[in-house]
Amino acid sequence: MRLSKRMGVIAGGLALFVLGGVLQPAFADYALNMTEGATGQSHAVYDLHMTIFWICVVIGVVVYGAMFYSIIQHRKSKGREAAQFHHSTALEIVWTIIPLIILVSMAIPATGLLINMEDTSNSDMTVKVTGYQWKWGYDYVGEGVSYISSLDAQSEEARGLDASRTPESVDHYLRNVDHPLVLPTNTKIRFLITSNDVIHSWWVPDLGWKKDAIPGYVNATWAKIDKPGVYRGQCAELCGRGHAYMPIVVVAKKPEEFQKWLAAQKKKNLPSPEDNAKASASAEGAAAQPVEVAGRRNGVSDAPLSDNGLAAVMTYERDAWVNGAGALAQPSDVRAAR
Amino acid sequence: MSATTHDEAHHADEPKGFTRWLFTTNHKDIGTMYLVFSLTMFFIGGMMAMVIRGELFEPGLQLVDPYFFNQMTTMHALVMIFGAVMPGFVGLANWMIPLMIGGKDMALPRLNNWSFWILPFAFAILLSTLFMPGGGPAGGWTMYPPLILQTGMAFPFLIFSIHLMGISSIMGAINVISTIFNMRAPTMTLMKMPLFVWTWLITAYLLIAVMPVLAGAVTMLLTDQYFGTSFFNAAGGGDPVMFQHIFWFFGHPEVYIMILPAFGIISQIIPTFSRKPLFGYASMVYATASIAFLSFIVWAHHMFTVGMPLAGELFFMYATMLIAVPTGVKVFNWVATMWRGALTFETPMLFAIAFVILFTIGGFSGLMLAITPADFQYHDTYFVVAHFHYVLVTGAVFAIIAGVYFWLPKWTGHMYNEKLAKTHFWLSTIFVNVLFFPQHFLGLAGMPRRIPDYSTQFADWNMVSSIGGFAFGLSQLLFLYLVISSIRGPKNATARVWEGAKGLEWEVPSPAPHHTFDTPPVVE
Repeated sequence: MRLSKRMGVIAGGLALFVLGGVLQPAFADYALNMTEGATGQSHAVYDLHMTIFWICVVIGVVVYGAMFYSIIQHRKSKGREAAQFHHSTALEIVWTIIPLIILVSMAIPATGLLINMEDTSNSDMTVKVTGYQWKWGYDYVGEGVSYISSLDAQSEEARGLDASRTPESVDHYLRNVDHPLVLPTNTKIRFLITSNDVIHSWWVPDLGWKKDAIPGYVNATWAKIDKPGVYRGQCAELCGRGHAYMPIVVVAKKPEEFQKWLAAQKKKNLPSPEDNAKASASAEGAAAQPVEVAGRRNGVSDAPLSDNGLAAVMTYERDAWVNGAGALAQPSDVRAAR
Repeated sequence: MSATTHDEAHHADEPKGFTRWLFTTNHKDIGTMYLVFSLTMFFIGGMMAMVIRGELFEPGLQLVDPYFFNQMTTMHALVMIFGAVMPGFVGLANWMIPLMIGGKDMALPRLNNWSFWILPFAFAILLSTLFMPGGGPAGGWTMYPPLILQTGMAFPFLIFSIHLMGISSIMGAINVISTIFNMRAPTMTLMKMPLFVWTWLITAYLLIAVMPVLAGAVTMLLTDQYFGTSFFNAAGGGDPVMFQHIFWFFGHPEVYIMILPAFGIISQIIPTFSRKPLFGYASMVYATASIAFLSFIVWAHHMFTVGMPLAGELFFMYATMLIAVPTGVKVFNWVATMWRGALTFETPMLFAIAFVILFTIGGFSGLMLAITPADFQYHDTYFVVAHFHYVLVTGAVFAIIAGVYFWLPKWTGHMYNEKLAKTHFWLSTIFVNVLFFPQHFLGLAGMPRRIPDYSTQFADWNMVSSIGGFAFGLSQLLFLYLVISSIRGPKNATARVWEGAKGLEWEVPSPAPHHTFDTPPVVE
């Protein structure tokens, strides 16, 4: 192929690529780049990202420039004779030293930012985040407010293979939850992140970071949100079949509104005397229940739960939340009932 | 110098048909089997990629259950890494290392036979898990516990197939090292060896160092699952993050196992079609060795979000950034080799140039990923997916394809159809970018990896990427056709094949006779 023809092919391909992007109306709100986010950290990360990006662009222009100059000018079809030089110690030292200098200039701001991001001291409040397959648990430490946040009902209807509605008909498909995490602005919030089963990763891009939720570990990090708003994210670490279905929604409110919200939650969470009575009744009921083995599946693979696994689930269900039955289901009971 | 061999009739007693391939100890036969195996796995892994891109074509679930989707991402990676790329390079090593160093075969021919024949069994075991109750492994190729311990019946089969692949790789590596040290023509000194041989020598040491580590990691998973140990079980006093440290101590050198031989191939091709010696041969060797050394001290950059101490994060960030220096040296040397050459653009050269350009894009995104605070955003997103496909598809795979076009006439004796091969190049290069470049945008916009369904804001670029994927996948059928027609075509290639070709492999006739260099050649 001749050069002109080859360039034509490249130009054609690029044009198709660009046109495809411009013509489609749905592209109105598409994003090409990292969000600048809503915290000081996320802005700093964005700036660092753009700095490195432009450094790479400049290096790319120089390297690709030299290469394309050779491709265009030093071709045999132009009657060029090949030079026979094969090394230059001076040149090789230069192109070892210059990249080193560039790297040091990148490492300095990166180090400063990293030290800042890892400093969780002097926080004003703490939120504990727990990953479950496949939902998030939030606990306002010391406030007695905690709840579970799962995928919203509309997304739930639209997500199956034989879904009753289309993803397009859902607002924030797969990025909406039933109970968002409510946080105050202008407050240094410390997050303690852990998991109850497998490894998850808690990620809201507008906060500027993600952190893995690991069973047996409590990871600490922090954020200080600049302005009120709704910030969306989702689990970032493969955690099984429902990995795509555990979104995160952070609603940032002004501190005084947040305090009002928190007070309302506390009131809601206080159990009434009737609740207590009901709870103990249901606990007794659960403890008294015979072991029934339905064809339970653990949702991860098609393999049925083992006796041990099933007994653990039953013990958990009898004891979790308000069902403080204190009764252990034994694997032997399960085996007997199978 | 003696490039020719004694009479073929001398070997008339050798078995024909299937037993020839089953019992062969000939490096060329074994190399061919590795390459055919690699191509087969490339298409099997490619079909899995088509399922992935098909499901991601638009939001909502259309084709497969999320659990099956996870099996596809897991198996696609395992098949492509251990089935396509690594055996592809071993195949090239088998064919070319003895020819390049003037040896008459690999040093350990029976071991060679065995290390190949383990592979079909390993992959039969691995692929069979897809048909088991509960399906194949779905916890990602990285096999992080506790998730991987939720695998059903497939679990022990996964572990044993990885053990087998490891055994095969270690034996292959031992063979490469002993061949290079024992089978060279007496005048072929180490610093005269072609760069492909050098890069493979270093790769073989990496393999021997890290494959046992992987074997250890997966064996610990096995005992955690079945024998009551708690290596990675927090409830039993173990540590799930320790698995990640061990895995990536294998995993990062593994990345270089898949790219160093590619550097070697490109370092053979660019001088040939520039009609100039490779620029900075010695510094290329030292850069390769430096990259190999650094690969052992950067593993935790795959785990910046697990919550390491600050000092650890800083160390792994600095060490990772350092890799840019020797890698940069390599790219600059290739550009300097082309500088003031007399370039022609046959298909191997086109793929080599695309390699340098596109691998460098993967290098840039790699540098960005090395910056820990920025990695907190990039980690586990499509930005990472784009990054490693640039270095593995337009890096490793493009280098293998370039190497195949470069040496195919030597293997088959038939010059492939240049026009069709260039069509294959342009289709591949355009569509691989349509496939992977938009994934940078998706990742930066916030789309995580390994999800079967996504928010509607990611719809457009996913559709573009899928179209690129289907077209790239289909284009590879052209490659299959070209390879088959070259095997069947008339023997019309010259010994030298390429005008600028230098090295011992071009001194033997095309196709290369079954036995070469019975008497060692003399290297000038």
